[in-house]
This record gives sequence, structure tokens and C-alpha cells, in this order.
Amino acid sequence: MAYTEEELKKELETKEYEYGFYTDIESDTLPKGLNEDIVIAISKKKEEPEWMTEWRLEAFRAWKEMEEPEWANVTYEKPDFQNISYYSAPNKKPKYNSLDEVDPELLETFKKLGISVDEQKKLAGVAVDIVMDSVSVATTFKKTLAEKGIIFCSISEAIQEHPELVKKYLGTVVPKKDNFYAALNSAVFSDGSFCYIPKGVRCPMELSTYFRINQAGTGQFERTLVIAEEGSYVSYLEGCTAPMRDENQLHAAVVELIALDNAEIKYSTVQNWYPGNNEGKGGVFNFVTKRGLCEKNAKISWTQVETGSAVTWKYPSCVLKGDNSIGEFYSIAVTNNFQQADTGTKMIHLGKNTKSTIISKGISAGQSQNSYRGLVQVNSRAENARNFSQCDSLLMGNRCGAHTFPYIEAKNKTAQIEHEATTSKIGEDQIFYCNQRGIDTEKAIALIVNGFSKEVLNKLPMEFAVEAQKLLEISLEGSVG
Amino acid sequence: MLEIKNLHASVEDKEILKGINLKVNAGEVHAIMGPNGSGKSTLAEVIAGQEEFEVGEGNILLEGEDLEELSPEERAHKGVFLSFQYPVEIPGVSVTNFMKTAINESRKAQGLEDMPASEMLKKIREKSEMLEIDRKFLSRSLNEGFSGGEKKRNEIFQMAMMEPKLAILDETDSGLDIDALRIVANGVNKLRSKDNAIIVITHYQRLLEYIIPDFVHVLYNGKIVKSGTKELALELEEKGYDWLKEEAAV
Ligand SMILES: Nc1ncnc2c1ncn2[C@@H]1O[C@H](COP(=O)(O)OP(=O)(O)OP(=O)(O)O)[C@@H](O)[C@H]1O
Ligand SMILES: [Mg+2]
Repeated sequence: MAYTEEELKKELETKEYEYGFYTDIESDTLPKGLNEDIVIAISKKKEEPEWMTEWRLEAFRAWKEMEEPEWANVTYEKPDFQNISYYSAPNKKPKYNSLDEVDPELLETFKKLGISVDEQKKLAGVAVDIVMDSVSVATTFKKTLAEKGIIFCSISEAIQEHPELVKKYLGTVVPKKDNFYAALNSAVFSDGSFCYIPKGVRCPMELSTYFRINQAGTGQFERTLVIAEEGSYVSYLEGCTAPMRDENQLHAAVVELIALDNAEIKYSTVQNWYPGNNEGKGGVFNFVTKRGLCEKNAKISWTQVETGSAVTWKYPSCVLKGDNSIGEFYSIAVTNNFQQADTGTKMIHLGKNTKSTIISKGISAGQSQNSYRGLVQVNSRAENARNFSQCDSLLMGNRCGAHTFPYIEAKNKTAQIEHEATTSKIGEDQIFYCNQRGIDTEKAIALIVNGFSKEVLNKLPMEFAVEAQKLLEISLEGSVG
Repeated sequence: MLEIKNLHASVEDKEILKGINLKVNAGEVHAIMGPNGSGKSTLAEVIAGQEEFEVGEGNILLEGEDLEELSPEERAHKGVFLSFQYPVEIPGVSVTNFMKTAINESRKAQGLEDMPASEMLKKIREKSEMLEIDRKFLSRSLNEGFSGGEKKRNEIFQMAMMEPKLAILDETDSGLDIDALRIVANGVNKLRSKDNAIIVITHYQRLLEYIIPDFVHVLYNGKIVKSGTKELALELEEKGYDWLKEEAAV
């Protein structure tokens, strides 16, 4: 029994949910719109257990009652949530047959980033012959991890294979009802990553979503869950520097990190979603909820390089629950043309002797707006909590804006909180000085921007740092003149 | 090497250089002196291609080639170097990284490969030893938090690294203590050769005791009002500028 889209839509509007109905859907994309049936349909498509379906439904019901937040310093046309399709199966068919069909501008950027031809094809969605190399790399990779008892797979796979872990931790750091976008994600997330490091294990390599097997590309509603058992360590890389284009305008991811006693998680992100063209048309809206929970003596570091998206709304946070736990946030956010970013962090000090460090570097060019928004909260029981925040903004030209909104709530008198903020402009005299030494203006800006961002770039894993540097250069190309 | 003919330059409709004529041959050292605000730094920056100034009449020729159409970086690639009176700070960019970038950009413009790291390191070691610069200093951010004297010494370190054809030193001596002055001046002297030329802008005769000029010029109110040999500097030290101002007014 096959349905047409129209019939299906009608059916969904009128018909009550019936078990077994979904197996009949042949189309790999669900109709637009969001209601309980769609949520159930997503869950069924992924062959999830009932508790998961129920979990999603609770999130959906909460979301229905919520309002889209307005407080961020960004303006955009609100997405019509009933005009979005919430599920489409991983696209197996290549979009293009050869690189010649791909947007030359995109290819140019790939080249500048030094991405190999095979990689270029993969990223742009061009059909590739099976590359034995990458398959074998992936296999060795998986074997090494398995020997240590590390689980690294898609969240869908984890729900099937490790339901006890998912059930125990999913939504414990970012509750289903945490905020509008998190609730939406909880209801409809279709993929993402799961990572589990057993007690006392030091993950021997950087875990990168880029290398994860079974899933290329990033979903619209990604869900990531990282669990570091007592005394374990993991460095996790998300995203890649290659520009990501997506016909889906709205992206709402949720990332939850759990660092149990004495564990450490380093989470690094390079985000380069399509920012729209230089007139501000198109581009991805990126509304992300990222939060980590630190138990006793645990440490979580967020490091991010944000260059993409038309609108970014993102506050990687740490809940420092355990005594002596440490939270760190290192961020570079670049906005150019008409991009808008409202990013920052929240450090919630609950335990004694907890420590947090915030280093935020905002770079604005063109007519973009770049806001830092940070909250440092010290609970009444958090004796001797310490925070150091430093927010630096670099402006290029005089049509862009940089804004800093630090919020401090200290309920314990022993708290020591330091905040420093600077705003500087790339000076004509700095450029001339570089020019005089034979360095052209484009290169001079890259040099100055890299210098400005150095404290954060240094926190990135080596290979990532080199790529991120090139990415900064490219993002700011043509921003002076 | 350098030939300046009837050079006029202005900023915001205010004429600062009012017809400069100057000829500097390879192997020569010229000193330019003159009261504050007479246009010495302006002349240096105009030669280097600072676009803030509008060049009206006149030409600047480097080895016979008119520089007018060339950007500051192209002039640098052709061997023009300016030791700034007020070197700027570039936070987060180490002296070493800055020099590496500068040298490789110039090499690129000449169609050469990047300088091999070993060669670069050797050169850095050599030149920093010559100028008695502590190695730790080279990994600090360029000019950030440098003392006045350290900035000037660092400018000459850059000159030594870049081996320019034409070096213009704008008040490199101001801010240097007595020992530093000697070290820096010796460094400059070592860089002198029959193939390059140096213009030293200074207020003090003391520097010229170390770096002995072939010619001394006095710039006043946008014009070179007097030229002579090193004895002129001594005379100026003794008499000041008033007599020249009077002469110029006549
Ligand atoms: N960007 C500018 N805008 C306006 N006036 C300028 C500018 N640059 C230079 N001037 C003026 O031009 C004149 C010459 O300045 P310049 O810096 O060349 O003098 P100088 O001879 O180097 O002086 P000093 O001995 O004090 O270094 C001064 O009156 C100065 O105020
Ligand atoms: Mg001057």
C-alpha cells in the first residue's frame, strides 16, 4: 500500500496513530510539520524501544508549550516549525556525479584548506569509488577503541546496543525541557554521536565525528552524549573546517558531557556552516545547547572556533557539581558580512573549590554583530569558588559591532571572580607596519587575527589548530579594502 | 640608489613636504636632521609608500625605477626598509614568527621558495647575537610591552634579518641607553656595504659619531635647507637651528 504525500498528510492530520502504519511509508522523508504522530514516526523509523518514543513525546509536549527565546542579541526571521520536514533517511544517493558539477566557490575553499580530492568529493556529496584506505583506517581505529572498551558509535546505534547507558544519562545534563531548542531536539533528533570511556581508561586518540563510521555529514538535529567514567580521559573533536552547506536552514543540536569523578573531557569544535552570501542571504541558523557536568575533581574544557552560520546561538556550559572540579571555555567567534553570533558560556559553581576559566575572542568584520554572553554563578555552598574571565573583541572596519554581556551571580562571599574585557581595532598603523615588512594587507590581517586568537588556538589539538588558522584567514578574506 | 626629485606631499590639504631633492648613492650614509615637525618622518614614510600622504608633484626613484605606483609591500620587496620612530605592537605575534612571515613573503614575491627552517634559525641566531638580543625576547609578542629602547633594537634586528638595499632609520637612537646605542650602531655599521645605502634621521650628533655619515642634510619646513658633511652635524649641535631658519626665511 503506497501513499502519496498529499494522502499521507491528510492521514496524519485526521487519523489517530495506529501501530504498523509506518512500515507502509515508502518515502524516505516524512511530510512537513510537527505533531505527536511525526515524533512517533521518527522513533519507529529508527526502530527505537518504547521508552525512547515516550521520552521524545514528553519532550515534544513540553516544546509545544514553550516560546522561542527572544533575549539573544540577534534578529532573524523565525523559522516556521510547521514548514520543516523532521526526518529524512541518510542520503545514500550521491548528489553529483563529478566534481565539475559542484559550486566552484566551494571547491576553491576546499583547495585553500588543502583538502584532498577524495575528501572534497566526500564532503561535497560527489560519488566516490570505494577508497580502501579510509575503510581500513576506520577498521583499525575501531579495533583499537574496542580493545580499551571504548564505545564510539552513532546515538541511534547506542540506543539499540547500549540502552542501559543511554537511559541512565540521556537528558540528565540538558533536560528535555531545558529550553525551546533543546526540547525540539529531544523530540525529533535523528542522529548524533555516542561515546563512552570506561573507568580509568585514557582514550589513546582524538575521537573525531569526522572519522565516525556509518555516518557522513551532520544532521539537522544532532544529539551527542559523551560519558567519561571515573578517572578516564577523552579528547573529542566535533565538526570539520570544510565549509558545510545544507539545505536545512535550522540546526538545533544538543551535546551532553558527563565527567565522573577525576575524569577529564576535552571537547573541541570547529564550526563552519554556510553563513549566507555576502549580502546576507541564505545561511544556516545554528541554535545549540551544549553542557557538561563535572563530578568530584573532574574537568571539562570546551574549545570552539566558530566561523560559520548566519545566526549562531550557543553557550557551552559547565555545571561544576563536584568539589574541586574545573570548567574551561576557550572560544574564537568570527563574524563577517551579515553574520550574527550570540555566544558565550555558563559556569555554574556548585561544589567547593571549583574553578572556571573563560577566554573568549570575538572577531567582527563587515556589518556583522558579535556578542559574548557569559554567566558565572556561584552557589551558596560553593566555598572558595574561583573564576577568571577574559573577553577580547577585535573589530575590523566600523560597520560591525562587538558586545559583551557578562552576568555574575555570587551567593557565596568566598568567591573570587575576575573579569577583564578589551576591545581593539586592527589599526591602519599595524597594517602599514606589516606592509612595510613586505607582508600584504590580507596576510597582515591573518597574522594579526591569529595573534589575537593565539591563546585559544593553542588549546586546540595540533592538526585542528593548523586547519583552524587557515579557516580564520579564509573567513576574513576580502573583509578590508 | 635613491633619487628624490622635487617631492611634494600633503595630508588633509596641508602640505608637509614642499619640494625635496635628494640623491643617495649605493654605499653612502646620509643623515637627516631638523627641528620637530619639519617633515623627517613624513619623508621616510612617503618613501616607504604610506598611503595616508598624498604625493603631489615629484618622483621617487629606486635604482632608476619610479616607486609611485608601487604598494608599500612591493617597495619592501624591492629592498626598502623603514625602522619606525614609533614601532607598533602586534599582540600574539612573536618576533620570530613575524620575521619568518616577512622574509618568506619577500621571497615569494621574488619567486623563491620559503627559507628552509634551519637557515632561518641560523640567521636568527647570528643576527640576535650581533645585536646582543636575548633569545627569549624573540618569542615575545612583537613590541608588546617592549621598552622604548628594546623596540628600537628590535627594529634593527629586523633590518639585519631583511638585509635591505635602502634602510631608513627614523630616530633609532632615541630611547637607547649608552651601551645599547653602541651595540645598535655597531650592528648598523656591520650591515653597511657598497651595495646598500642608509638614511639616518636623528636629532643627536652622538649617533653620528658611531655611524659616520657621508652627508648631512637639514630638513626645515618641508624643504632641505642645508646640506654638508659630518661637520655640519657638529655645527648644528653647537648652534641649534635658528641661524638656518633665518637663512631659510631670507
Ligand atoms: N597624519 C597627519 N595628519 C596631520 N598632520 C600630520 C600628519 N602626519 C604628520 N603631520 C604633520 O606634519 C608635520 C611633520 O611631521 P613629521 O612627523 O614628519 O615631523 P618630524 O620631522 O618627523 O618631527 P619629529 O622630529 O618630532 O619626529 C607635523 O607638523 C605633523 O603634525
Ligand atoms: Mg619624526
